[in-house]
Formats: sequence, C-alpha cells, structure tokens
Amino acid sequence: MSKVTGKKVVIEGSLAVAEAVKYCRPNVISAYPITPQTHIVEDLAQMVADGELKAEFVNTESEFAAASVVFGASTAGARTYTATTSQGLFLMFEVLYNIAGSRLPIVLTCANRAVSAPISIWNDQQDSLAVRDAGWIQVFCEDAQEIHDFQPIAFKVAEDPKVRLPFMTMLDGFVNTHTYEQLELMDPALVDQYLPTYKPVVRLDPAHPMTFGALAMPDVYHEIRYMLNRALMGSAPIYAKAVKEFNETFGRDYTPFLEEYRSEDADVIMMSMGSLCGTIKDAVDELRKEGLKVGLVKLRMHRPLPKAAIRKAMDRASVVAVVEKDISLGLEGIIATDVRATFAGHDGPNVLSYIAGLGGRDVTVPHLKAIMKEAATWKGKESPDEPFWVGLKRDIIPEV
Amino acid sequence: MATNAPATKPKTLKEGYIPPGERLFSPGHRGCAGCGELLAARLVIEAAGPNTIIANSTGCLEVTTTPYPESSWGVPWVHSLFENSAAVASGIEAALKSMGRKEGVNIIAQGGDGSTVDIGLGLISGMLERGNDVLYVCYDNEAYMNTGVQRSGATPYCASTTTSPSGEQSFGNARPKKPMVEIAAAHGIPYAASASVAYPRDLQKKVRKALSIKGPKYLHIHVPCPTGWYADSTNTIQIGKLAVDTGLFPLYEIEFGVVTGVKKSKARPKVEEYLKTQNRFKHLFSKPGGAEVIKQIQAIADRNAERLGLDEK
Repeated sequence: MSKVTGKKVVIEGSLAVAEAVKYCRPNVISAYPITPQTHIVEDLAQMVADGELKAEFVNTESEFAAASVVFGASTAGARTYTATTSQGLFLMFEVLYNIAGSRLPIVLTCANRAVSAPISIWNDQQDSLAVRDAGWIQVFCEDAQEIHDFQPIAFKVAEDPKVRLPFMTMLDGFVNTHTYEQLELMDPALVDQYLPTYKPVVRLDPAHPMTFGALAMPDVYHEIRYMLNRALMGSAPIYAKAVKEFNETFGRDYTPFLEEYRSEDADVIMMSMGSLCGTIKDAVDELRKEGLKVGLVKLRMHRPLPKAAIRKAMDRASVVAVVEKDISLGLEGIIATDVRATFAGHDGPNVLSYIAGLGGRDVTVPHLKAIMKEAATWKGKESPDEPFWVGLKRDIIPEV
Repeated sequence: MATNAPATKPKTLKEGYIPPGERLFSPGHRGCAGCGELLAARLVIEAAGPNTIIANSTGCLEVTTTPYPESSWGVPWVHSLFENSAAVASGIEAALKSMGRKEGVNIIAQGGDGSTVDIGLGLISGMLERGNDVLYVCYDNEAYMNTGVQRSGATPYCASTTTSPSGEQSFGNARPKKPMVEIAAAHGIPYAASASVAYPRDLQKKVRKALSIKGPKYLHIHVPCPTGWYADSTNTIQIGKLAVDTGLFPLYEIEFGVVTGVKKSKARPKVEEYLKTQNRFKHLFSKPGGAEVIKQIQAIADRNAERLGLDEK
C-alpha cells in the first residue's frame, strides 16, 4: 500500500455505506425503510439532521415514490442516492427501468434479501438479480471495505457524460449490513478530488426549457433502446478506468470485473458473488492443503457482464461450479446461465449450477468443500439440465 | 386546413401575437378536436408563466403534446410514468432547494383523472403530506380516455364507458365520482380548489392564487372530452358550463380545510340539460328506469348545492 489515506475503524456495514455516501456529497437522498436496508438510511438521516451532510433527505410513502423522487431530482440536475432491498426493489421495478431508459445517473444500494413468498427478511441475492435487465450497472460487494469504497466509484461512473446510467451496488443483508467489521475509511478530501461536483449534460431549467420523457413511436424506439445498451456495454472500460484511478488515489488494489483467488492453475473453479466469497476462500485454502487444485472467481460486476474477463479467468479450468443465492425458476441459477452463455461458441469448462443459501440459510465451509469435490467428478461429462440444491433437507419435503 | 391559429390574427407583435414556437404551449399537438384537457393545460401554463417546471403523468396530455422529436411545451417538462408525477415533482423541488435554485420557480405536477384519483393517489397523498412547494393539477375528463374510454374513480354516476357500459342489467358506472378536492383538502394543505375549462378566467385566477402560496396546492379542473363523452366537439365549453351551473361539478376553494370561495348561481339548470348533451348518458333517456336515475343524479347536484351553498338566495 503506497498511500494509507483514511483512518481504521470498526463499524457496521451499513455505516460503512452511509459514511461513503456522505463523502460523495449527494444533493438529494430519498428512501423508504425496509429491513435490512434501514440502518443505511437511518445513518444518512442522522447525518443530515446533524448538519454533517448538506442534502435534502426526502422521506416517502413507498419505495415507488422514493425511486420517483430521485428520478425527479436527478432530472433537475442533482446528485441523488437511494437504498432499498427485496420487496422494496420490486416495488421500484417500473421506475428502475424508467430511470435507466431516461439515462439518469442515480446511485442505489441494494441490501440483498430474499423475496416473497414465503416472506423472509434474510439474505439471498434474488432481488437485485431479478432486475438485471433494467439497464443498471450492477456491482456486488463482499465486505464492508468494498461496499464503502465502491460508492464514489458508482457516482463517478454513473455521472460520466459518456455513461449517464444508474449504478446499483449490492451488499448482503444482515451478513454485511448488520455486521461490524474493521475497515479503512476514505479520506473525504480525496473523495472530493476523485469525485468532482456533478455537472449534468442536460437538466430541467427554466432558462433552457427542454422536454424529457417524450413518446417514442416505432420509428425511433428501437434505436433509443440500442443506444441504451450501447451505453451500458460501453460503461465497462470507463468503470475499469475509474477503479484504476480509485486504486491510485486511495492505495487499494481492486480488479474491476472479477477477483481471482488461487484460480490460476485450478482445475475446478467456484464462482460466486458477495459475502459468500469469503467463506469460499477458506474452503479453497483447506482443499488446496488436501492437494486439490481448486480456486475462486468472484464476480464483482454483473451488468454489463464482463464476458471477456470471465473467459480469460476460467477457460483453462475443467469445471466451473457457480454457487449462487438465487434462481431463475424453471431454469437454473441466473449467473450459471450467464457463464454458460459466455462460453457458448468458445472452448471452456463444464458449467454446473448450484443453488445455495436461499432465504438466509448458512452456507458453510463443509458445504463448499463437498460441492467442489462433487464438481470435480463432472469433468468431461455433460452438465445436467437441473441445478443442484445445496443442503436440501429432503426429510421435510413432502412427496409430490 | 384547420389550424389552431387565432381566428383574427393580431396585426402586430405588440398586439400580443406570439409565434407558435415561442409559446409556453404551442399548437400543432395531436389533441382531438374540441379537447378540453389541452385547452385547460394551455390556460394553466400561461397563468403560471415561463419560470415553471412541469412533471407530467402518462396520459392523453402527455402523448398528444410530446411525440418525439416534437413538443408543445415551452417550459421545462418531464414525463416519467403514469402514477408518479407528484413524487417526481417532490424530487425536482428537493433538487432545486439543495442547489439553491428554487427561488421564483413554480413546480407543477399534472395528470388526468386516472393518474390522480386512481393509480397515483398514494403518491399525491405523500407529496401533500410532505408539504412540498408543488401545485398538483388534475385534468378530469372522467375516464381513461387515452386507452379508449374505460371508467375511472372520477367517472360520474351512471355514465356509460367501455368498462362500465350500460346494458340490459346496467345503467353504466355504478358509483359516484371520488371526492378528490376533499381528499386533497383533508391533508390540511393551504389550498385546494376546483375549476373548469369553461370558466377560464376563474381557472387562471386560481392557478395564480395557488402559485402565490408556499406549500402543497391542489387544483381539480373539469375538462370535457367530446371523444369519450360521445359529444359534439364544438360544444366543449357549453358542456363544461352546464356541469358547473347544474351543480354536478361545483367550483369552490378550500383553504386549510375551510371553504372560502364558491361560484354561486341564480338558477341552476336541471341536470337533464347537461346529461342530454352527451351520448354517454343517452341510455338514461331511452331505458326504462332511466328517469329514476336522472332523479338520483339531480339529487347529487342538489346535495352539492346544499353542502356548498351554490344557490344564490
């Protein structure tokens, strides 16, 4: 580490988010409380109440309204932030698409949580993955340090005039939001240097009246959606540059798209996102001691999907076991399908889909070691059509 | 070719002629002939003036005035979704306040009756309760006209629409209009009022008054829709006047919960005079039992008159 900039603290993951958002100086924050996102917005509300953060904090009657408030604020040229999870993110669904289609650089933190029914307040990643096609940049974080550091990166990329897209960062509900961890806070002065004041390309301004959100007939809609996708695909190199600049400014060493852990010579690679990756690293270490060539590839950026980086990191492996806390019902794990699509038409590993830890079920080192050992037996075989379910209690499932 | 140009064009610019491209609301939009909503929208923005930002809900007003790449709007204008113009306006206000640009800028959220009394009601309530310095304007043409005349919570009692049609077993819409002005006023806001496109000076006076007050304001404007009311498109203003004069759509103001202004009349016409101008009520004059329904509609007008003191004594 060349530059140690901030101070080391032990704080809750939610506060790690809120502190970072404060350093980013948003003009408008709007949110609606939902477990386990609550501590993030409570912390921000307190910062505004104490005058530490000069922002308008708009309490709303629903997440739908909160997303609409930041839509309006962003259209008027403000730097805007919101946070939610699960049902709240789903209630925002219509606005999420609208925000991306309107090319608004809104930053949202999603404290990943399972979705109803049955109701569960505990962690999995179904919520943010279910909105993956909305046009938002999506980055998963593993721990408090990452979720802290990626807030200014999110604003910087979102507000880049070539990008102008919303940015969603994810952390795991409770596992990250309610856990105290040691981290190094960013130096706010360096955040100011890294993230200058937002200068919108266009905004609602009586001196220069413009119409936003016009009706697109079939003669132009197709092209406007093409441009949206082009902007999202084109955000990847701009994001990579922003991460590099972040590393240089704050003395960190993040890789933008994937984090590779002992995977260089691995025969079996596990892929996952978020806090589970910490447990997987322990499992990898234990199996390496047993002489098994296993490794982890942590997917950090999910949209746009870093296909070239995924191929580069995993094309030498025989088997990739994608362990994820979500499912595309009727198919398999969402990331498994993404990885399969990434290797389609290329030489690559056998891809296996493992569904694990839905609704807050713990995924432990023994589970993960068993998965990697089982995955090794699928080398050279055709992968099954149905996903594997990790730790399924078959004794409590009634017969069909 | 028919145009929206004034019948007698002023001879000089000094006489007030504004070229279409420089107006706050320009002609050339896709509104139907005789559209009351677009006429009212022009009256609203011309009363509000150029230092105004509009958040507009999805609906007739939005699709007819902003087919990309054209726009009728000479003020900054944004459309997000069907139900959220009030929350979008809250966000605009927060942004302007935060950046020190709010002074002297009016913020108007506007939409049709469907986006107001039905799908967007919760978000309007949220905005009124938050106390945002926003004027919400509802253009009430009493059904979902943009999608083809389906009933809304603002459709009047026994009007026939495509989803509340009259038939062997039905006289049309089963319920009276949702009392939206009262619902808005119940939030304890400084100003809630009704207006009609048929009384343009009263309408514009109310817009100016509302915008002179800080905080949340609500204005509910009755806008006849010849297309959806199956009425003569040359009759928009006459129909609008009858709605007000009969007492079916009374004009009044409520300030902090107290009725402070009512448009009174010396002799209220009977509701038949109003109903017979529109074919959405045609069945009331042809079906057995229709006369009884007309009596019930007269009772609605009479209750309004009694409640608000519409009858000049």
